Amino acid sequence: MNKAADLTEENRDGSNVVRLSGSLAIACLGDLPDRLDAVQGPVSAIDLSQVDHMDTIGAWTIHRAAKRLNCEISGGSDDAGRLIHAVGELDEPVPIRPDHVHPLRRVVGQIGEAVCASGATLMGLLGFFGATLIATWAVIRHPHRFRLNAVVQRFEVVGVSALGIIGLMSFLIGIVIAQQGSVQLRQFGMEMLTINLVGRLTFRELGVLMTAIMVAGRSGSAFAAQLGTMKLTEEVDAMRTIGVSPMEALVLPRTLAVVIMMPLLGFYASIMAVIGGGFLCAIALEIPPITFVQRLREVVPITDLWVGLIKAPVFGIIIALSGCFQGMQVKGNAEEVGLRTTAAVVQAIFLVIVIDAFFAVFFTWVGWN
Amino acid sequence: MSEEEISQAEEERIEAALQTSDIAISVRGLRNSFGDQLIHDGLDLDVRKGEILGVVGGSGTGKSVLMRTIIGLQTPDAGDIHVFGESMVGRSDDEALAIRKRWGVLFQGGALFSTLTVAENVEVPIREYYPNIGQQLRDEIAAYKIRMTGLPTEAGPKYPSELSGGMKKRAGLARALALDPDLLFLDEPTAGLDPIGAAAFDEMTRKLQQTLGLTVFLITHDLDTLYSICDRVAVLADRKVTAVGTIDELLATDHPWIQEYFNGPRGRAATAAVSREKDREQTKAAQGPSDGRR
Repeated sequence: MNKAADLTEENRDGSNVVRLSGSLAIACLGDLPDRLDAVQGPVSAIDLSQVDHMDTIGAWTIHRAAKRLNCEISGGSDDAGRLIHAVGELDEPVPIRPDHVHPLRRVVGQIGEAVCASGATLMGLLGFFGATLIATWAVIRHPHRFRLNAVVQRFEVVGVSALGIIGLMSFLIGIVIAQQGSVQLRQFGMEMLTINLVGRLTFRELGVLMTAIMVAGRSGSAFAAQLGTMKLTEEVDAMRTIGVSPMEALVLPRTLAVVIMMPLLGFYASIMAVIGGGFLCAIALEIPPITFVQRLREVVPITDLWVGLIKAPVFGIIIALSGCFQGMQVKGNAEEVGLRTTAAVVQAIFLVIVIDAFFAVFFTWVGWN
Repeated sequence: MSEEEISQAEEERIEAALQTSDIAISVRGLRNSFGDQLIHDGLDLDVRKGEILGVVGGSGTGKSVLMRTIIGLQTPDAGDIHVFGESMVGRSDDEALAIRKRWGVLFQGGALFSTLTVAENVEVPIREYYPNIGQQLRDEIAAYKIRMTGLPTEAGPKYPSELSGGMKKRAGLARALALDPDLLFLDEPTAGLDPIGAAAFDEMTRKLQQTLGLTVFLITHDLDTLYSICDRVAVLADRKVTAVGTIDELLATDHPWIQEYFNGPRGRAATAAVSREKDREQTKAAQGPSDGRR
């Protein structure tokens, strides 16, 4: 049964016969298909009398050779004949891959699709924002439909459990700003300005921005994955049929939790960054902490804190909405959940930075600089 | 001879017997558990060469776990598994490779690789195990395997996400058959198919089994499948195989679950369908030699 397949060509009564022998199963086939391809006609018959075992792949090899050489198959057992016949009936070309598209056309097509898709996403996001507002209004009018437990639970997931990582990250960012700043400012003998740098930068920009990025990565992605999975398992549809609005039960608690948690986390992050900066100042620049704090109070206007705290809930809305929106867009298969989760995070961070730029211009315009 | 030598000689004798016998899969004393939940305990099962063995059991009786254990996706706590006379337990992947080439597996959802087209999916095992087969022959093999499972030719270049559930199963079967296996594992092949699609799938399984001389290990909930194509049925209950045999033999046992299963409303409906079929064939035969078969 395990004898390797072999092939001999012989001349019988003036006509060529290809004689196959051994086992024509995939494991024993070896280079036989190539050798059979190399046989040049005219051949009158393929002789199978010495073949002792055959599977469909062997049968197919014989079928295609017989077809190419336009010869008959002889000497096979009944089983072999049936198998070759069965396989031969299936002889019909099947395309393996989708049709090849010219690269230039494909690139142009992809660009067009991407533009349309981003336009549609932006419109969808806007619509989703509207739906959230309507749901909020509905809950305001019927306060008993407000899901306090769900919101409080999200507070913990979004806020409390993020304290560790956000605190550590901000502390390190504070150190980095102070260190890099002091190196540059030392050239002018103005190391004391490091305190201005750390204080103003963290309260105005970095504290909230880094928090937003971290929350988008932690919670925005989680929202998209949770809602996406719930869409896949038809939980969302089930909710709707029971009369529970998914906007009220799923989206609103999450959005509210992020909107409330973002200013708190942003403030906490700013404080941690300032502590980090102060820590480096004390160690590397020998500025005692008491001096650091005094100087901070002199150089950082209270409006810097307001700038950060005003931006935070807006960032929160963006993160929560893009997470929930992308999650609710999932349909079809599990792969979609992964794609949508990635999209949610990328979209949230991108929009946060865009809005941040607008805020920067706006606050300069109102004179808070 | 020490006791150890005797047991070793005994083991060799059993293995030699298994290699020549007509048993394709032999499971002995299998024990599986998840945490403190015991799934199988002392499970014995033989699958004969060239038969379609249906495996039934209530939900959670470990039908899929049994299949996963036999094909080596799960390591059992205890017990022996021989496939074609080769012991499968405790084998490294390399050692089990020769046997792995001889079986094909159809998972419940088809388990097609989502980044490859249907035809490329079928080519994967051929490319992995037999790189000596050229691209053109490989494409041709994939083509006739796809046609063999009754898929239309347009299905070849499609991605799994573009297929319906039934087509996914057929594509999965085409991949399972890619290497012309001697042994085929099917995990609920007709689940989620409409009755017509399910009947067509059964018919195809039967036809392929006869043409290719396959041994089929078939997990199912579908009573129609059991009646129409299974040679024998193994019943999983109480953490072991409580009974194996033809459906008539199973009906003769007095195990409550088996009675409930086959004599419940659905079981009776399937029995009735089979007897109706037989009656029709008999009347046709009595009416004389018209067109013969259905």
